Amino acid sequence: MQILPQNFLPLAKLAWRESRSARRRLLLYMSSISLGAAALVAIDSYASNVTDSIQEQSRALLGGDIALSTRRPLFDSTQKLLDTLSRQGVRFARLTSFPSMAVVPRTTATRLVQVRAVSSNYPVYGEITTEPAGRWQALQSGPHALVDPSLLVTLEAQIGDTLKLGFGEFVITGTLKDVPGSAEISEIFGPRVFIPERYVAETRLLVFGSTASYRFLGKVPASIKPDALVKPLRKSFAQVGMEARTAEQSEAQATRAILQLRNFIGVVGLVALLLGGIGVASGVRAFVARKIDTVAILRCLGASSGQVLTIYVAQAAAMGLLGAAAGAVLGVAVQFALPRVMRDFLPVDVSVSLVPTAIIAGIAVGGWIALIFSLRPLLSVRNISPLQTLRRESDADVLRTRFRDVPRLLVDAALVLSVVVIALSRSTRVSNGLGMAAATGAVILMLVLSASALAYVARKSLRKGWPYVIRQGVANLYRPANQTRAVILALGFGSFLVTTLYVVQANLLRQFSADAAASRANVVFYDVQPDQEADIRKSVREGGHEIVQTSPVVTMRIAQINGVPVATMIADTTLKPRRQRWTLRREYRSTFRDSVAEGETITKGKWFGAQPAAQRGDTGEVSLENSLATDLKANIGDVITWDVQGVMVTTRVTSLREVIWTRFEPNFFAVFSPESLKDAPRQYVVLANVAPRAEVTRLQRALVGRYPNISSLDLSLIKESIMKVVSKVAIAVRFMAIFSLAMGVPVLFSSIAATRRDRIREGVLLKTLGATRGQIMRILLSEYILLGVLGSLTGMVLAIGGGWALTHFVFENDFSPAMGPAFAIAGLMMLLTVTIGLLAGRDVFRETAMTALREN
Amino acid sequence: MLIAKEVTKEYKSGDNQLAVLRDVTFEIPQGSFVAIVGPSGSGKTTLLGLLAGLDTPTRGKIFLDDADLTQLSENGRARLRGEKVGFVFQSFQLIPTLTAQENIQVPLELRGESGADIRARDLLERVGLSGRGHHFPTQLSGGEQQRVAIARAFANSPRILFADEPTGNLDGVTGGRIVELLESINRNEGSTVILVTHDQNIAAHAARTIRLRDGVVVEDTAA
Repeated sequence: MQILPQNFLPLAKLAWRESRSARRRLLLYMSSISLGAAALVAIDSYASNVTDSIQEQSRALLGGDIALSTRRPLFDSTQKLLDTLSRQGVRFARLTSFPSMAVVPRTTATRLVQVRAVSSNYPVYGEITTEPAGRWQALQSGPHALVDPSLLVTLEAQIGDTLKLGFGEFVITGTLKDVPGSAEISEIFGPRVFIPERYVAETRLLVFGSTASYRFLGKVPASIKPDALVKPLRKSFAQVGMEARTAEQSEAQATRAILQLRNFIGVVGLVALLLGGIGVASGVRAFVARKIDTVAILRCLGASSGQVLTIYVAQAAAMGLLGAAAGAVLGVAVQFALPRVMRDFLPVDVSVSLVPTAIIAGIAVGGWIALIFSLRPLLSVRNISPLQTLRRESDADVLRTRFRDVPRLLVDAALVLSVVVIALSRSTRVSNGLGMAAATGAVILMLVLSASALAYVARKSLRKGWPYVIRQGVANLYRPANQTRAVILALGFGSFLVTTLYVVQANLLRQFSADAAASRANVVFYDVQPDQEADIRKSVREGGHEIVQTSPVVTMRIAQINGVPVATMIADTTLKPRRQRWTLRREYRSTFRDSVAEGETITKGKWFGAQPAAQRGDTGEVSLENSLATDLKANIGDVITWDVQGVMVTTRVTSLREVIWTRFEPNFFAVFSPESLKDAPRQYVVLANVAPRAEVTRLQRALVGRYPNISSLDLSLIKESIMKVVSKVAIAVRFMAIFSLAMGVPVLFSSIAATRRDRIREGVLLKTLGATRGQIMRILLSEYILLGVLGSLTGMVLAIGGGWALTHFVFENDFSPAMGPAFAIAGLMMLLTVTIGLLAGRDVFRETAMTALREN
Repeated sequence: MLIAKEVTKEYKSGDNQLAVLRDVTFEIPQGSFVAIVGPSGSGKTTLLGLLAGLDTPTRGKIFLDDADLTQLSENGRARLRGEKVGFVFQSFQLIPTLTAQENIQVPLELRGESGADIRARDLLERVGLSGRGHHFPTQLSGGEQQRVAIARAFANSPRILFADEPTGNLDGVTGGRIVELLESINRNEGSTVILVTHDQNIAAHAARTIRLRDGVVVEDTAA
């Protein structure tokens, strides 16, 4: 076969002229690819903008060239390290963060806030803007506070009001507009309050055992590379429990996270692109059917099969590129709209600009998918005999291709290869890419099989006693030139995509909200000192409310495991087993109790007390949370020595627990047997169920007023905040689902168009034989209802399988099939099929019988 | 010279072989004007398809000048058609998306020849449609469409022109003019014209008549 004829230019001209009347139609078919290309361009461009912005703002994002952070108060050894760096020219700004209850005495309203006490040279990079402008510069001139705008609303406060933090009083001088390096969504969980660090002592909140973090943000002289500065000191930092990060490190980490997110969302783009490809293939099949006469004439006039193929491949490629380009334009529009949607989630200000590589890649991939999917039906133009000019056969007979047609097999191979390559390009791991490609193939195979099954069942179940129109409609499912496979494939794939997105989203969010709702408590008091605990419990009970849980909290670190000191394990990287460093370095806030808490399950070993006292000796018992045990490489029987504020406590691991972290009760990595920690210094967390909800605020005001050191959280507010985040995520997923649904329209239209000519010809012939408009309508209706039901239901079943696999294996969560929404989507898809089918078939009523007779 | 030697064409009909043409043999010298006539179903169109290389016989040989059509590949026959054969059909078979002039240019462009537009304008003038080159087929009358088809058939100066019921869709007067046009081209260009028709009046214009019945040549006025 001559694929590339020598006289390509005249052929291209001929292709252009010949496409005159078909351009719009062909472009419509190719528009199936547009949304897929749009998705790729939008996702890749935006991801590129975000990573560029991260790169530009990396120092502001981190807060300095280097950031040193610790949860321990400043010891001499820490100060010595900082001095070492200062001697090399590093200038530090300090940021101390801790939670506190904020009270506005004028309104008596309270709210848990994140206090940020800063030194006068903070921030080292970037700029904090305020409302009114310029208030940041005046922050240090007195006991001033700058707060997130939402705090003013919650506390019914205004600028100029006094704000109490612990025992300290501050004047609210303004609100925060832009703080570099923090995502706005973080405000939901605790509004920020910036105060000068020299007034921290007045709050009296930073006492032994308080939850505070200390950050030292360093500006490194231009002549020194931050990495070179930090690297030799890593061991020293580790010894004082300090984490050191450089701007380069945080940039690399953030970029990696964004790229992973891009790839994950890109999967939707890929599936959308494939769905588009199916639409293109169906549309081009319809297009080829319309071109049979022209091809036969060209063949009569001496065109070789290669020349004819060149003409139509050129047309399809041009229109495919145009479709992909239209998609790219749409993608750029979405890219410009995305910062509004994503602003709350990202810690950087994203400056949007065109990304030529993403646009070109989107057009190229979209154009290629359009071309490769068009090639399959286009290859049949080679089979159109010039004899068709003299004696016309049915479209299906004319276009029939041999099963072992080498070029077709090559196109099929290229098609599979393209899917695999694109899937691999979107995966961080080869196995993921291959898995995704295989899953896509499996879905397509299942849909093709169900289409064949439908045709078979239709053939076998047809009964003479059925009304004529129903028989006719059912018979259309298996007759020659039927559209069963094309429609089931397009519809099923579309339905699969939309339902999978929805089911996975519903499962993840349901899990989240169900766990959040599972807790009976609606208010929590923490940092409660031992001498305050009894009074707080009494006050709650006196108000007629219920105490749900009281947990002692003891802060500690791991000192040894099976006799090996932590410092040795951190320093010696060859030591086996390799325990994750975070597990060795962190400060643990543990509890002790004699029973397993609600929401916890023992997965290995036995709860305390199962061992005979004689075997226990002086060693206490500890139960570890599963993921901690995995990272710590700890197992039943291991002996862990804990440094409990200077006192060594030795415990044996006697059980491992599964903990649902999304529940609101305080959860703990390590739970001790009561006797192990009976003398340890502790604080308490008290959870209460207070009704009605208005009483929560009253109780909080009363107790925080009495004990300014304690903090309290209104859990209903937190639940609402979580729901806000959840609904934002849900909107994003629904947007993708609607996007996919919108994409299904041109794809379905193309699939139905593939056999539209045969339908019209048949309908008009029936009209000639006396069929009424109503009868023809009912024939079409019964056919499309059957196609719609089977296509959407198959897609739904596959989606539930896919959703289960994703939820189970990727998100490691429990699965519930969300049948209601799944059926709703299936119903919607079915309605769409019937509507498009009837719309495409309306020409049956327009065409006169003479047209059909002439065509035959 | 066009030679058909014991040409047989069979189609499969269910389990049976159906012979549409049986042992058709004749020779048509260059420059002849021949009419193939016969009733519906006699095999006229099948024969025309075979002679023009649109299809291959089940048995027998067909030679166009020195080329054995039965030995050529599909693309080889296409090339031969592009160089030596012209077609005129009952339903005109103009490409609806191309203008009259562009339709005429197609055979030349397929061969990559330059000056296709000049040649097309010249041919349009010769068939009396010089002002209609930019019209699309649907904007032309039946007679005009057929004249464009004839101009297109002559674009590559074919050695042989096949016309399948060229007047079948036209009224008597217009049909007569089309046949006159074919006659004049046959006379002036020296091309062989093979006309398939069931209309005796049209066939009467031909110098030689081959009559078919049930796939067999029952009369050949040259014999």
